[in-house]
Amino acid sequence: MPTPLVVSEVAKSFTMHLRDGVRLPVVAGVSFSIRAGECAVLGGPSGAGKSSILKMLYGNYAVDEGQIIVQHEGGLIDLASASPRTVLSVRRHTIGYVSQFLRTVPRVSALDVVAEPLVERGEDREGAREKARTLLAQLNLPEKLWALPPATFSGGEQQRVNIARGFITEHPILLLDEPTASLDARNRDVVVELIAAKKAAGVALLGIFHDQDVRDAVADRIIDVTAFAAGRIAA
Amino acid sequence: MTDEPLLRVSALSKFYGSRVGCENISFDLWPGEVLAVVGESGSGKTTLLNCLSTRLLPSSGTASYRMRDDQWRELYRMSEAERRFLMRTDWGFVHQNPADGLRMTVSAGANVGERLMAVGDRHYGRIRATAVDWLSRVEIDEDRIDDEPRAFSGGMRQRLQIARNLVTGPRLVFMDEPTGGLDVSVQARLLDLLRGLVTDLGLAAIVVTHDLAVARLLSQRMMVMKDGRVVESGLTDRVLDDPRAPYTQLLVSSILQV
Repeated sequence: MPTPLVVSEVAKSFTMHLRDGVRLPVVAGVSFSIRAGECAVLGGPSGAGKSSILKMLYGNYAVDEGQIIVQHEGGLIDLASASPRTVLSVRRHTIGYVSQFLRTVPRVSALDVVAEPLVERGEDREGAREKARTLLAQLNLPEKLWALPPATFSGGEQQRVNIARGFITEHPILLLDEPTASLDARNRDVVVELIAAKKAAGVALLGIFHDQDVRDAVADRIIDVTAFAAGRIAA
Repeated sequence: MTDEPLLRVSALSKFYGSRVGCENISFDLWPGEVLAVVGESGSGKTTLLNCLSTRLLPSSGTASYRMRDDQWRELYRMSEAERRFLMRTDWGFVHQNPADGLRMTVSAGANVGERLMAVGDRHYGRIRATAVDWLSRVEIDEDRIDDEPRAFSGGMRQRLQIARNLVTGPRLVFMDEPTGGLDVSVQARLLDLLRGLVTDLGLAAIVVTHDLAVARLLSQRMMVMKDGRVVESGLTDRVLDDPRAPYTQLLVSSILQV
């Protein structure tokens, strides 16, 4: 089976032009690949660059060097050098992402926030809403909240909306940035089940989990990010 | 999704005497894509928008537009009449000040209906029904249809201007600071409405704004302008979350947190 995601010699730094052009190296020489049906977890202390790696894989951060090769619509593309239009297409069809925090849009209901990625892929709205209902119920989000915009929800409630939004599609690659950070034990278990189902469906998953129990339950492999510390090479 | 752009802009420049309006701007815009042009006052973003919408002729460079019959036409080689027809039918232009885009002394319904008549609709009942439908889509009550926009609040006027522009089913809409000058609560409602309409209708749009939050909410791609030139461009969330150019970093870091 082809490898859906191959990361090769990726480097990232930030240049702070407002601070006299100070250059902050983040990571260098990042190389790994994720197989279909596997859940790999990025390990390492805070500030090691785990989130930055995930953001580069989603096209949210620019990449200084290296390649991110993704299986996309029957071909291979390098996400590190792809045009904005290609990145958008990859996000729509190939790579899903559950961020740490939900970016809310005024006046859009939780149900439609969750259904949106499917509607964007061309599914009809009612069918998408039906799937959204199933997921929100599975994640124990009280039904009375579904029609409300999530801006006023608690952290844990917003996180569950975010998770449902990320898991609703059948993207072959799924990136998870601490999806369980603000959840109680019962809902953490639901997320563990959802991840297991994705693995069984052949999805390649890459995540950050600070929660040891969740990590032990989902991880097939830990990728130690400290091995990619840019300071190690630069300093 | 179509594999051909809707608009192709190449090396567009506009000089006012020796002063630079905008210089060497090139980009493609695809159907359904929203491009935000951001920068502070005087950065050339409005000059660029006016050149693209042919309200102003550039000093050099080209812009080609794919017509409904898939023929490519060079905008600056079209006749004045052809350009006006394009502007009335296939394009929209939403001005910052609704008074610039509306006829303030005719009714709200006539403001919407006028654009329909421009594309050849002559049936009064049908025009009125479409006007009512569009007013409701921009959340204006049907019983205001015979009122003049002079009697409307700023937010309502802006929503009416949007209805007037979208009623002919344009494929490309230009917007110049569409939420400028409105209260924040009114802004949020308008933005949300615009976002929904743009998605539902699959519109392509070029939105000039100095408000990065507006750019984030409405656009997929953005261009940052300074002194008439594009200093950075790319995916909107990439430019805002990982700004590379010194000027973009300054803009992003200048946002007040609430």
